[in-house]
Amino acid sequence: MSAAKDVLLTPVAKNNPIALQILGVCSALAVTSNLNTALVMALAVTAVTAFSNLFVSIIRNHIPSNIRIICQMTIIASLVIVVDQILKAYAYDVSKQLSVFVGLIITNCIVMGRAEAFAMQNPPGISFMDGIGNGLGYGAVLMFVGFFRELFGSGSLFGIEILPLVTNGGWYQANGLLLLPPSAFFLIGAFIWILRTWDKSQVEKPEFELAKNTKKEAV
Amino acid sequence: MSANKDTIGKTITVTVLLCVICSVVVSAAAVLLKPIQVANKELDRKSNILAAANIDYAGQDVIKLFDERIKTKIVDLETGKYTDAVDAATYDANKASKDPVLSVKLDRADDTASIKRQAKYMPVYLVEKDGQIEKVVLPVHGYGLWSTLYGFLALEGDLNTVVGLGFYAHAETPGLGGEVDNPKWKALWPGKKVYAEGSSEPALGLIKGSVTPGAPGAEHQIDGLAGATLTSNGVSNLVKFWMGKNGYATFLANLKAGEV
Repeated sequence: MSAAKDVLLTPVAKNNPIALQILGVCSALAVTSNLNTALVMALAVTAVTAFSNLFVSIIRNHIPSNIRIICQMTIIASLVIVVDQILKAYAYDVSKQLSVFVGLIITNCIVMGRAEAFAMQNPPGISFMDGIGNGLGYGAVLMFVGFFRELFGSGSLFGIEILPLVTNGGWYQANGLLLLPPSAFFLIGAFIWILRTWDKSQVEKPEFELAKNTKKEAV
Repeated sequence: MSANKDTIGKTITVTVLLCVICSVVVSAAAVLLKPIQVANKELDRKSNILAAANIDYAGQDVIKLFDERIKTKIVDLETGKYTDAVDAATYDANKASKDPVLSVKLDRADDTASIKRQAKYMPVYLVEKDGQIEKVVLPVHGYGLWSTLYGFLALEGDLNTVVGLGFYAHAETPGLGGEVDNPKWKALWPGKKVYAEGSSEPALGLIKGSVTPGAPGAEHQIDGLAGATLTSNGVSNLVKFWMGKNGYATFLANLKAGEV
C-alpha cells in the first residue's frame, strides 16, 4: 500500500515530470492561457499516461526488446486518438480550444518516458498508479501556471471574472505578456525555484566552479 | 514465459496482434462517437449563425429554433442567384473551396482577403418575418495576422445596415487580435452601413484609433483594435472582399431588386 502511495505522490512534488525531469514543457506553454483548457489537458495526459503504463506493463514480458519503442508508441498513439475522439464528442468547446495539442500528447515525453522507464519493469497495478501520479505532477504545474496566466492575463479564473478588465469597463489593465506562451517559461522557472527552495535535494551540484576573480592583471 | 522473446516469429506475432487490437479500438471509438461529434459541429455552427443574427438562443433548443427561424439557401456567387446545384443541408463551403470543381482560383489583385481559392457557391441564411426578409446572415472569412478568421456577417432587411459580426474560428493573438471576440468591440458593429448611398463598393472598414461620432463617414467606420493593426486590416479586407463584386454584392443587388 505504501509503495502505491509512494509512486502516486512522489511525482507531484519530489520528482515532478516538468520541474525535475523537464519533460512535457512544450504543451505546458501552449495550453495554460486559461484554467479550463489546462485542466482538461491535465486530465487527458493523466488518462493517457495511466492507461499506456497499464497496457505496456501487461504485455511487458511479451514485447520483443528490439521493437519495444514501436510497441509503446502504437499503444500510446491509439489511446491518444481515443481520448481525442471522446473529447470531440463530449467536450466540444474545450476540444476546439485545445485543437492540435490533444493529438500532440503522443509526442509528450512524459508518457513515453514513464512507459519505458517504469512500466517495462513493473507489474500493471503499480504502473497504472505511476501513470496517474505523473499525470498529477504534470497537472499540478499546469494548474499553477494556468492560475497566474488567467488571473493576471484575462482577470478571470475558470472564465469567471475576478479582476474587472479596463476593456470591459473595470479597473484592471490586463498583462498581455501572460497570454502569450513565453510567459509560461517564467512561471515554470518560478515554480522550479520555489520547489527547490523547499526541497534542497533537487538542486544539482554545480558542474564547475567559477575561478576566483583576482586583482592581478594578466601578464 | 517464452524461452526467447526476440525470435523473428515472436516479433511478428506480437506486432500483428498489437496492431490488430489497437486498430479495432481506434476504429470502434471513431465509429461509435461519430454521430455525437457531427451533432456537436452542427450545433456549434447553428448557434453561431443565430448569434450573428442577434437571435437569443440561451436556454433554448438551438436546432429547433434554427429550423423555425432560419432558411438556408445556396447562392451562386457569379450570377448572384439561388441555385440547386448542391444540397443546402450537406454543403460545406470550406471543403468546397479546396475542390477544383467547386471553386475558383482568385487573382492576386482581386484576392483582398488572401483566401487564394473561393467556393463558387456559398450558403446564405435568411431570417424571414411575414414573408419579408428581416435579416440575412452571410458567411465570411479572410486572413488576419496568424490565421484565417471564419465568421458570419448579418445584415438588416435593407441589405445595408449591419446587425452584427462574429467570428467562430480564428487563432489571432489573445488579448490583441483576439479582441475580435470581445463583446464590447462587437457591439460597435450593429447599425453601421456597408455601402455608401448609391454605391456598390463596400465602404465599411476599421480605422486606426476611435471613430468620432457625427464625423463624415462615421457610419462606415469601426474602431480599430488597439495593438492589432494587421488583424484589423484583415477584418477590413474580408468585409470589403465579401461585400464586393467577388463576394455577395451581385446577390445583394438581385435580392434588393427581387430577382433571385
